[in-house]
Amino acid sequence: MEALLFWIFSIVGVGCGGMVIWHRNPMGSAIYLVVTMLCLSGLYALLNGAFVAVLQVLIYAGAVMVLMLFVIMMLSTHTEGGPREGSRPAWLVSGVIGLIVVFKVGALFGFGKPPEAVDEFGTIQGVGSLLFNRYILPFELISVLLLIAVIGAVILSKRDAQ
Amino acid sequence: MIPISYYLWVSALLFVTGAIGVLLRRNALVILMSLELMLNAVNLSFVAYARMFNDMGGHVFVFLNITVAAAEAAVGLAIILAIYRTKETVDVDHLSLMQH
Repeated sequence: MEALLFWIFSIVGVGCGGMVIWHRNPMGSAIYLVVTMLCLSGLYALLNGAFVAVLQVLIYAGAVMVLMLFVIMMLSTHTEGGPREGSRPAWLVSGVIGLIVVFKVGALFGFGKPPEAVDEFGTIQGVGSLLFNRYILPFELISVLLLIAVIGAVILSKRDAQ
Repeated sequence: MIPISYYLWVSALLFVTGAIGVLLRRNALVILMSLELMLNAVNLSFVAYARMFNDMGGHVFVFLNITVAAAEAAVGLAIILAIYRTKETVDVDHLSLMQH
Protein backbone atom coordinates (compact mmCIF):
# COMPACT_ATOMS: atom_id res chain seq x y z
CA MET A 1 0.00 0.00 0.00
CA GLU A 2 2.77 2.41 0.94
CA ALA A 3 4.71 1.52 -2.21
CA LEU A 4 1.61 2.02 -4.36
CA LEU A 5 0.94 5.45 -2.82
CA PHE A 6 4.58 6.43 -3.20
CA TRP A 7 4.61 5.60 -6.91
CA ILE A 8 1.30 7.34 -7.56
CA PHE A 9 2.36 10.51 -5.75
CA SER A 10 5.85 10.64 -7.21
CA ILE A 11 4.87 9.90 -10.80
CA VAL A 12 1.94 12.30 -10.79
CA GLY A 13 4.02 14.91 -8.94
CA VAL A 14 6.99 14.79 -11.29
CA GLY A 15 4.74 14.61 -14.35
CA CYS A 16 2.73 17.64 -13.31
CA GLY A 17 6.00 19.39 -12.41
CA GLY A 18 7.07 18.85 -15.99
CA MET A 19 3.75 20.17 -17.23
CA VAL A 20 4.28 23.35 -15.18
CA ILE A 21 7.18 24.33 -17.42
CA TRP A 22 5.71 22.71 -20.56
CA HIS A 23 2.26 24.27 -20.59
CA ARG A 24 2.01 27.41 -22.73
CA ASN A 25 -0.65 29.17 -20.67
CA PRO A 26 0.34 30.45 -17.18
CA MET A 27 -3.08 29.50 -15.84
CA GLY A 28 -2.54 25.87 -16.80
CA SER A 29 0.93 25.96 -15.25
CA ALA A 30 -0.55 27.20 -11.98
CA ILE A 31 -3.13 24.40 -11.86
CA TYR A 32 -0.46 21.79 -12.55
CA LEU A 33 1.68 23.34 -9.81
CA VAL A 34 -1.19 22.93 -7.34
CA VAL A 35 -1.41 19.22 -8.24
CA THR A 36 2.37 18.87 -7.74
CA MET A 37 2.11 20.47 -4.31
CA LEU A 38 -0.72 18.17 -3.27
CA CYS A 39 1.34 15.15 -4.38
CA LEU A 40 4.31 16.44 -2.38
CA SER A 41 2.04 16.78 0.62
CA GLY A 42 1.14 13.10 0.20
CA LEU A 43 4.85 12.22 0.10
CA TYR A 44 5.41 14.16 3.34
CA ALA A 45 2.60 12.18 4.93
CA LEU A 46 4.27 8.93 3.79
CA LEU A 47 7.47 10.16 5.49
CA ASN A 48 5.64 10.59 8.83
CA GLY A 49 5.61 14.38 8.44
CA ALA A 50 1.98 14.99 9.29
CA PHE A 51 2.51 18.61 10.37
CA VAL A 52 4.41 19.69 7.26
CA ALA A 53 1.93 17.83 5.06
CA VAL A 54 -0.91 19.91 6.50
CA LEU A 55 1.18 23.09 6.21
CA GLN A 56 1.89 22.30 2.58
CA VAL A 57 -1.79 22.03 1.71
CA LEU A 58 -2.82 25.04 3.80
CA ILE A 59 -0.11 27.53 2.88
CA TYR A 60 1.18 26.45 -0.52
CA ALA A 61 -1.85 25.02 -2.26
CA GLY A 62 -4.24 27.22 -0.30
CA ALA A 63 -2.65 30.63 0.08
CA VAL A 64 0.36 31.08 -2.20
CA MET A 65 -1.25 29.55 -5.27
CA VAL A 66 -4.49 31.49 -4.81
CA LEU A 67 -2.41 34.69 -4.68
CA MET A 68 -0.66 33.61 -7.86
CA LEU A 69 -3.92 32.81 -9.64
CA PHE A 70 -5.25 36.25 -8.70
CA VAL A 71 -2.21 37.92 -10.24
CA ILE A 72 -2.42 35.76 -13.37
CA MET A 73 -6.02 36.81 -13.82
CA MET A 74 -5.18 40.49 -13.22
CA LEU A 75 -2.43 40.52 -15.85
CA SER A 76 -4.19 39.64 -19.05
CA THR A 77 -1.53 37.13 -19.97
CA HIS A 78 -1.64 35.29 -23.23
CA THR A 79 -0.03 32.07 -24.32
CA GLU A 80 3.63 32.56 -25.08
CA GLY A 81 5.62 31.50 -28.10
CA GLY A 82 8.68 29.30 -28.09
CA PRO A 83 11.44 29.31 -25.49
CA ARG A 84 13.42 32.36 -24.52
CA GLU A 85 15.77 34.08 -26.96
CA GLY A 86 19.20 32.49 -27.02
CA SER A 87 17.99 29.68 -24.80
CA ARG A 88 19.80 26.87 -26.58
CA PRO A 89 22.87 27.31 -24.30
CA ALA A 90 20.43 27.38 -21.39
CA TRP A 91 19.06 23.98 -22.41
CA LEU A 92 22.59 22.61 -22.50
CA VAL A 93 23.65 24.20 -19.22
CA SER A 94 20.50 23.11 -17.39
CA GLY A 95 20.75 19.59 -18.79
CA VAL A 96 24.37 19.24 -17.72
CA ILE A 97 23.73 20.72 -14.26
CA GLY A 98 20.69 18.50 -13.88
CA LEU A 99 22.55 15.34 -14.82
CA ILE A 100 25.40 16.19 -12.45
CA VAL A 101 22.98 16.89 -9.59
CA VAL A 102 20.96 13.73 -10.16
CA PHE A 103 23.99 11.46 -10.47
CA LYS A 104 25.69 13.03 -7.44
CA VAL A 105 22.58 12.52 -5.37
CA GLY A 106 22.25 8.95 -6.55
CA ALA A 107 25.91 8.14 -5.93
CA LEU A 108 26.38 9.92 -2.60
CA PHE A 109 23.19 8.94 -0.86
CA GLY A 110 22.49 5.32 -1.52
CA PHE A 111 20.21 5.42 1.48
CA GLY A 112 18.27 2.32 2.29
CA LYS A 113 15.20 1.81 4.42
CA PRO A 114 14.54 4.43 7.10
CA PRO A 115 14.69 3.44 10.79
CA GLU A 116 11.58 3.14 12.95
CA ALA A 117 10.15 6.56 13.68
CA VAL A 118 10.50 7.76 17.26
CA ASP A 119 7.44 8.71 19.29
CA GLU A 120 5.70 11.93 18.28
CA PHE A 121 7.78 12.09 15.10
CA GLY A 122 6.43 14.82 12.85
CA THR A 123 3.40 15.62 14.98
CA ILE A 124 2.45 19.16 15.90
CA GLN A 125 3.60 18.59 19.50
CA GLY A 126 7.01 17.32 18.43
CA VAL A 127 7.74 19.94 15.80
CA GLY A 128 6.22 22.72 17.92
CA SER A 129 8.29 22.02 21.02
CA LEU A 130 11.43 21.91 18.87
CA LEU A 131 10.40 25.16 17.17
CA PHE A 132 9.89 26.99 20.46
CA ASN A 133 12.97 25.67 22.25
CA ARG A 134 15.93 24.82 20.08
CA TYR A 135 14.99 26.84 16.98
CA ILE A 136 13.51 29.87 18.70
CA LEU A 137 15.97 32.32 17.07
CA PRO A 138 15.17 31.37 13.44
CA PHE A 139 11.51 31.42 14.38
CA GLU A 140 11.75 35.00 15.64
CA LEU A 141 13.87 36.07 12.67
CA ILE A 142 11.32 34.66 10.24
CA SER A 143 8.68 36.91 11.78
CA VAL A 144 10.90 39.92 11.04
CA LEU A 145 11.24 38.66 7.46
CA LEU A 146 7.46 38.38 7.13
CA LEU A 147 7.05 41.94 8.42
CA ILE A 148 9.58 43.21 5.88
CA ALA A 149 7.81 41.28 3.11
CA VAL A 150 4.44 42.76 4.06
CA ILE A 151 5.81 46.30 4.07
CA GLY A 152 7.68 45.71 0.82
CA ALA A 153 4.64 44.28 -0.94
CA VAL A 154 2.45 47.19 0.17
CA ILE A 155 4.98 49.80 -0.94
CA LEU A 156 5.65 48.08 -4.27
CA SER A 157 2.01 47.69 -5.19
CA LYS A 158 0.96 51.23 -4.34
CA ARG A 159 -0.32 52.68 -7.57
CA ASP A 160 1.49 56.02 -7.40
CA ALA A 161 4.75 54.82 -5.90
CA GLN A 162 7.34 57.56 -6.12
CA MET B 1 9.11 0.36 3.10
CA ILE B 2 10.34 2.72 0.40
CA PRO B 3 14.09 3.49 0.57
CA ILE B 4 14.90 7.12 1.36
CA SER B 5 16.99 7.43 -1.80
CA TYR B 6 13.81 7.14 -3.92
CA TYR B 7 12.44 10.26 -2.26
CA LEU B 8 15.75 12.00 -2.94
CA TRP B 9 15.48 11.04 -6.61
CA VAL B 10 12.01 12.55 -6.82
CA SER B 11 13.36 15.67 -5.13
CA ALA B 12 16.28 15.90 -7.58
CA LEU B 13 13.98 15.46 -10.59
CA LEU B 14 11.64 18.18 -9.38
CA PHE B 15 14.57 20.52 -8.70
CA VAL B 16 15.96 20.00 -12.19
CA THR B 17 12.52 20.58 -13.69
CA GLY B 18 12.25 23.87 -11.80
CA ALA B 19 15.74 24.93 -12.85
CA ILE B 20 14.98 24.26 -16.52
CA GLY B 21 11.76 26.25 -16.17
CA VAL B 22 13.61 29.23 -14.69
CA LEU B 23 16.12 29.16 -17.53
CA LEU B 24 13.72 28.59 -20.42
CA ARG B 25 10.38 30.27 -19.85
CA ARG B 26 9.67 33.84 -20.93
CA ASN B 27 6.77 34.66 -18.64
CA ALA B 28 7.93 36.12 -15.31
CA LEU B 29 4.97 34.51 -13.53
CA VAL B 30 5.95 31.05 -14.77
CA ILE B 31 9.54 31.72 -13.69
CA LEU B 32 8.22 32.48 -10.20
CA MET B 33 6.24 29.23 -10.26
CA SER B 34 9.36 27.30 -11.29
CA LEU B 35 11.15 28.85 -8.32
CA GLU B 36 8.37 27.55 -6.07
CA LEU B 37 8.87 24.13 -7.64
CA MET B 38 12.58 24.24 -6.73
CA LEU B 39 11.79 25.29 -3.16
CA ASN B 40 9.31 22.41 -2.90
CA ALA B 41 11.92 19.95 -4.11
CA VAL B 42 14.31 21.14 -1.39
CA ASN B 43 11.53 20.76 1.17
CA LEU B 44 10.99 17.15 0.11
CA SER B 45 14.67 16.34 0.65
CA PHE B 46 14.54 18.06 4.06
CA VAL B 47 11.63 15.84 5.11
CA ALA B 48 13.32 12.72 3.70
CA TYR B 49 16.51 13.40 5.65
CA ALA B 50 14.51 14.15 8.79
CA ARG B 51 12.91 10.71 8.46
CA MET B 52 16.28 9.10 7.79
CA PHE B 53 18.00 10.53 10.86
CA ASN B 54 14.92 10.63 13.11
CA ASP B 55 15.52 14.34 13.69
CA MET B 56 12.62 16.76 13.45
CA GLY B 57 14.92 19.71 12.75
CA GLY B 58 14.22 19.05 9.08
CA HIS B 59 10.52 19.63 9.66
CA VAL B 60 11.27 22.91 11.44
CA PHE B 61 13.28 24.07 8.46
CA VAL B 62 10.52 23.09 6.07
CA PHE B 63 8.24 25.31 8.17
CA LEU B 64 10.72 28.20 7.85
CA ASN B 65 11.18 27.48 4.15
CA ILE B 66 7.44 27.65 3.48
CA THR B 67 7.35 31.02 5.23
CA VAL B 68 10.23 32.29 3.11
CA ALA B 69 8.44 31.04 -0.03
CA ALA B 70 5.26 32.87 0.96
CA ALA B 71 7.20 36.09 1.53
CA GLU B 72 9.00 35.60 -1.77
CA ALA B 73 5.73 35.07 -3.62
CA ALA B 74 4.19 38.21 -2.11
CA VAL B 75 7.15 40.46 -2.93
CA GLY B 76 7.79 38.83 -6.32
CA LEU B 77 4.19 39.19 -7.44
CA ALA B 78 4.16 42.82 -6.26
CA ILE B 79 7.29 43.48 -8.32
CA ILE B 80 5.75 41.77 -11.37
CA LEU B 81 2.60 43.88 -10.98
CA ALA B 82 4.67 47.07 -10.74
CA ILE B 83 6.63 46.09 -13.87
CA TYR B 84 3.41 45.29 -15.72
CA ARG B 85 2.04 48.75 -14.93
CA THR B 86 4.98 50.53 -16.52
CA LYS B 87 5.95 48.09 -19.27
CA GLU B 88 2.61 46.43 -20.12
CA THR B 89 4.39 43.08 -20.40
CA VAL B 90 5.76 40.31 -18.20
CA ASP B 91 7.93 38.79 -20.92
CA VAL B 92 11.46 38.74 -19.54
CA ASP B 93 12.92 39.09 -23.03
CA HIS B 94 11.47 42.60 -23.11
CA LEU B 95 12.61 43.49 -19.60
CA SER B 96 16.35 43.78 -20.10
CA LEU B 97 16.60 47.51 -19.32
CA MET B 98 16.83 48.89 -15.80
CA GLN B 99 15.20 52.17 -16.84
CA HIS B 100 11.82 52.90 -18.32
